[in-house]
Amino acid sequence: MTYQHKLKEIVLSDPKYLVMTAENRGPLRNIIDDLGSRFLDVGIMEQGMIGTAAGLALRGRVPIVHSLSCFLTMRAFEFVRTDVGLGKLPVKMTGTLAGFLSEANGPTHQSIEDIGLMRMIPNVNIFCPADELELCEALPIILESPQPWYIRFNPRRPVERATVAFAVGQAEVVRKPGEVTILTYGALFEQAYAAALRLERNGISTGLINMRTLKPVDECAVVAAAKESGLLVIVEDHLSTGGLYSIVCETLVAQNCCCPVVSLSLNQRWFKPLLYHDVLDFEGFSGEKLAERIAAAWEGLASQEPG
Amino acid sequence: MNHETMQHLQAMAIRVRESIIRMATNGGCFIGASLSCTDLVVYLYTRFLNVNKDNLEDPQRDYLFLSKGHDVPALYGTFAEIGILEKDRLRNHLTARDDLYLHPNRNVPGIEFHAGSLGHLLSVATGVALDCRLRGQGNRVVVITGDGELDEGSNWEACLIAAAQKLDNLVIVVDRNAFQANVETEALIPLEPLGDKFEAFGAGVRRVDGHDFAGMDAAFSAVPFCGGKPSVVIADTVRGRGVPSIERRADRWFCDFTADEVEALVRELHGEAGAELTSETLIVR
Repeated sequence: MTYQHKLKEIVLSDPKYLVMTAENRGPLRNIIDDLGSRFLDVGIMEQGMIGTAAGLALRGRVPIVHSLSCFLTMRAFEFVRTDVGLGKLPVKMTGTLAGFLSEANGPTHQSIEDIGLMRMIPNVNIFCPADELELCEALPIILESPQPWYIRFNPRRPVERATVAFAVGQAEVVRKPGEVTILTYGALFEQAYAAALRLERNGISTGLINMRTLKPVDECAVVAAAKESGLLVIVEDHLSTGGLYSIVCETLVAQNCCCPVVSLSLNQRWFKPLLYHDVLDFEGFSGEKLAERIAAAWEGLASQEPG
Repeated sequence: MNHETMQHLQAMAIRVRESIIRMATNGGCFIGASLSCTDLVVYLYTRFLNVNKDNLEDPQRDYLFLSKGHDVPALYGTFAEIGILEKDRLRNHLTARDDLYLHPNRNVPGIEFHAGSLGHLLSVATGVALDCRLRGQGNRVVVITGDGELDEGSNWEACLIAAAQKLDNLVIVVDRNAFQANVETEALIPLEPLGDKFEAFGAGVRRVDGHDFAGMDAAFSAVPFCGGKPSVVIADTVRGRGVPSIERRADRWFCDFTADEVEALVRELHGEAGAELTSETLIVR
């Protein structure tokens, strides 16, 4: 099952759904003809698309809008905030090429602040699928929700593993908390999974949590991991401010829970524009590089402990 | 324009096109739009702009802003021809050892500002043109926009500012290749009558064939078209120009060709038979 086919199936099942794009047809390319009048390409105008989607939603439609994540969340930000968020309208906003998925496009296309921006808007929820299978599984639930949602689109193939059914606000505990527990989301799940296996082989017991919905976030899973682990490691292709690292730190402080937390993210900088696997390698986010960095953080922490 | 100059420009444009085709592999590039604006970029840097490898920091130089940044291979190729960029660096496209990636950035000599998010540089160019005017300097400021890019409302805001400020040192060049990323402009968001739109926004407008150097020379020699108004050159172009296998093909916008396809396309550029393309067509933005 692909995103396109799942989307088409749902959209054609109910006339309330409309598929929109600001000339970002890549994620829809094979279903445009089949959608017929339920497809609307507004051209390269993200603000206009969000405003139009809000108007359609006022009349009872559920628009599923598509744009590159950077332009959707940044160029149209005030329209998302004021028309969709303040209006509490069920507009579903699919942002493509977020994080490292923008590859060699360069900083103009690097959406590495999207989580921070979207989670600041009251009423807007956030879903970051680890792969296309998870995206398809969750899609009916997200589209049926009365809330506005931001979807950090991810068409990558799933890692072969047993999965837990999707539910809003529930993280997926893929590996139980260990000495170290990795918390991640989106496309980097694949690399974090490889890193966890590698660390385990090297004698560091490693938990892995796929956060799935960053808003609402699964506070129980975060707190449990903090209580059961010696170190939490946040892995995200996002700035270190505003994303999961911020969410975890805020959650732990609010719950009066203390645990060392390391952030593997982008600290006040954009990443080197390269092809996807070259980016992962160059920036230290391949499974191998993540495992090395996490092992170093864990050993560094152990060496600091008294006695 | 004399015959010798014309031949010089045409030969340079062929070499730039070959460079562009050679960048459309190992990750690829936005080849269609790069080929449509090649003649414009070659013309502007060789005949119109006071820009060369020795005056890139001179505040009196002219400026070119490439607002539809995805056609930056045309700039890389032209810069290599006029000595702003070492030719060997073109081979570094999309590699970690250089900064030549899919959109412009200022780590590359000659690039005035980064681009990639459409509809930004017309207003940035307006600011630069305004400062040149405020300082009483005679720089000319050129901004190349795409036609699909004109969907973005920010372009029209900038036109209103430029007209209000009477910036006749600003030249807006529209690479009118008649395509959005994925479809023809007139089939999606019709832009015509485009000249009338710009005139209504307070600009002087001329329309030229963006592959005809003599015609471009006649138009750009007449800048500013109206005293006290920004000038707009609508340059009609062909997406993929020079390589019939990909000309005007909506599905050959961003291409990542095999090494063999690249060689076949280069041969086609030089007049041999059309290339047979089997690599996947990519529709992304």
